Amino acid sequence: MPAESALRIGLVLPDLLGTYGDTGNALVLRRRLEWRGIPAEMIRIDGSDAVPASCDIYLLGGGEDASQDLAASILRSQRTFTYAIDHGAVVFAVCAGMQILGGDFAASDGQRHAGLDLLDIATIPRTRRAVGEIVVKPRSSWHLDLLTGFENHQGATSLGPAARPLGAVLKGIGNGAGQPSDGVVQGRCIGTYMHGPALARNPDLADLLLSWATGTRLDRLPIGSVENLRRDRIRAAHIPLPSGRAQHSLRSVPDRITTTGKAVPCAGG
Amino acid sequence: MSRRLNRIHIGTTTAISPPLRPRLSAAVAAGGCASWASRVTKLGAGGTIGGRVTLLLASDALTRLASGRTIVLVSGTNGKTTTTHLLAAALRQLGPVATNHEGANMPEGLVRALGRDRRAPYAVLEVDESYLPQVASAVHPAAIVVLNLTRDQLDRVGEVRQLEARLRSCFAGLPGTLLVANADDRLVSSAAGAAQRVLWVRAGESWSADGGLCTKCGRVVAAVEGPWSCRCEPDTRAAAWALDGDDVLTPDGRKLPLDLRIPGRASRADATMALATALEFGVPVAIALDAIRHVSAVNERYRVLRIGGLRLQLLLAKNPAGWLETLGLLSDREVSVVLAVNGREADGRDLSWLWDVPFERLNARHVVILGERQADLAVRLAYAGIPFAQARNIRHALSFLPPGAVDVVANYTSFRDITKELAHAG
Repeated sequence: MPAESALRIGLVLPDLLGTYGDTGNALVLRRRLEWRGIPAEMIRIDGSDAVPASCDIYLLGGGEDASQDLAASILRSQRTFTYAIDHGAVVFAVCAGMQILGGDFAASDGQRHAGLDLLDIATIPRTRRAVGEIVVKPRSSWHLDLLTGFENHQGATSLGPAARPLGAVLKGIGNGAGQPSDGVVQGRCIGTYMHGPALARNPDLADLLLSWATGTRLDRLPIGSVENLRRDRIRAAHIPLPSGRAQHSLRSVPDRITTTGKAVPCAGG
Repeated sequence: MSRRLNRIHIGTTTAISPPLRPRLSAAVAAGGCASWASRVTKLGAGGTIGGRVTLLLASDALTRLASGRTIVLVSGTNGKTTTTHLLAAALRQLGPVATNHEGANMPEGLVRALGRDRRAPYAVLEVDESYLPQVASAVHPAAIVVLNLTRDQLDRVGEVRQLEARLRSCFAGLPGTLLVANADDRLVSSAAGAAQRVLWVRAGESWSADGGLCTKCGRVVAAVEGPWSCRCEPDTRAAAWALDGDDVLTPDGRKLPLDLRIPGRASRADATMALATALEFGVPVAIALDAIRHVSAVNERYRVLRIGGLRLQLLLAKNPAGWLETLGLLSDREVSVVLAVNGREADGRDLSWLWDVPFERLNARHVVILGERQADLAVRLAYAGIPFAQARNIRHALSFLPPGAVDVVANYTSFRDITKELAHAG
């Protein structure tokens, strides 16, 4: 992309799909671009707005049943959204946001709703709600660190032949159908059940999305507080800490109260 | 006074303690909710098991302990404990009031509060919002005060719209109960709208992200300030009372300064709700207001203490709406801030909500963080661009700070940890 134009991050329907802190994903992406000197713009798309087709990345979060249904019907009626995705926009969708991008999804009341058919997935209700820490080993070809999140959903999501899981579940439920896996990858769309928010806990995943959107390989951006959090959460899930890079980059956060320097995470930016 | 009380139609307002069945009476006198529960379990309904038995029996005990008294329940996501303190202070002007002032707001705590104060003709009880239907059907309250309904501990409590639907059907089935409801909270006004008798209070609200959809037609509700309204239903909530800045507007058109000793917009909202409720029970406005003004701390909350050259104010915030209100009262940029978060069962184990709190507002302050989940907070602040120090405990946190005022904001169990530590340190 040309250097002068800002990368556009579309936060899709945060008033409907923003119940679980997932709007934080947009802030994470924007900051990680800014810290690398790449101009970024965050565009909040509310229910009463037209969805612009010009975003480079679209983010969808989790939401309650009624909001999810409404979000699906709003996006179904806006062709710009599917147009943008068909033309290569990057999508990161969490929980209810992931479900509505698939075929049918069913809310906890059992009623079936039509999704956007962008992803080859379908969701039916689980009997028991899946609530708790989740750890996922991502697709090996990506060479990413373990993924950590917090799931809170009642969906069982099955994948069709065009979709691949985001990774294998080491702890937690995830998709809750078929093999113990979480999420979906199809084209440049990634879906997951991980809140946290997912991109705050998983900088590798954030940078993967950004590298797709910018078309460039991005240098790592080690942030001590993020590594601390990852270590805490993966340990809390009783998963042995991975050796190698994650531990190597682990640093304690310096006490900044007496310094007038930059904010903590500027090491790489 | 009696005229106002009669308007409530609660059936009985006697100040005489009703006779309890001997066994219950003995159990209550023996004190201690756990021992009491086990005794009743022995008495009780044989076949059922576990927690369900306890709850069923507790409901029965609640009914018996509540019988013959004027009961007011206080519920909602935020402000329950504060409002309960303020309302109890006002109703004490009429006579003794049983109350769970320490904040134990599930059925066991209510049983204990009523049991230890059996002669009080009045009871003001804060009730966990998810237990409200069960408690309301057990105690036949004269009034229920409903403050607000916003997202809170989604991993434990669940989604707030489902809660609203439960409360709506609960309120519809309580014809004898007066609802005192915050008309400015969309989910509260939807739920309370189902009640037959509602006293609407415009107590305001800073957080509106959970009332975006109409609970009846599912459409987006216009994002405007003021009472909830939707195209599907005209707004008929004529508010008798309103909070207007630092003043309260009374039904007879007077504007009274609240002049509270506890800080913040949310406290003024709670005081407005408490005042409106107290007047329904016949407390004269000047007397009620005076009692409310004298409340200076709610348990340890809002307490101010001096340690060395530091002047600490302790503030509790448990969810995004609470943190938003609390950050709003940290107006002075010179004030240092200590933020503390845990993620135990009582706090909710999912800390994702930290990303819904506008911590960017802490720009240019000295910020120290602590608590078992400070790693989550550290990442949030890093992305907010707020420099901070990390501390092991409150004493350690204070060692980072220059002399002057310090606001300490903590979520539930970390607040408890901090007050305990400060108490031990003398």
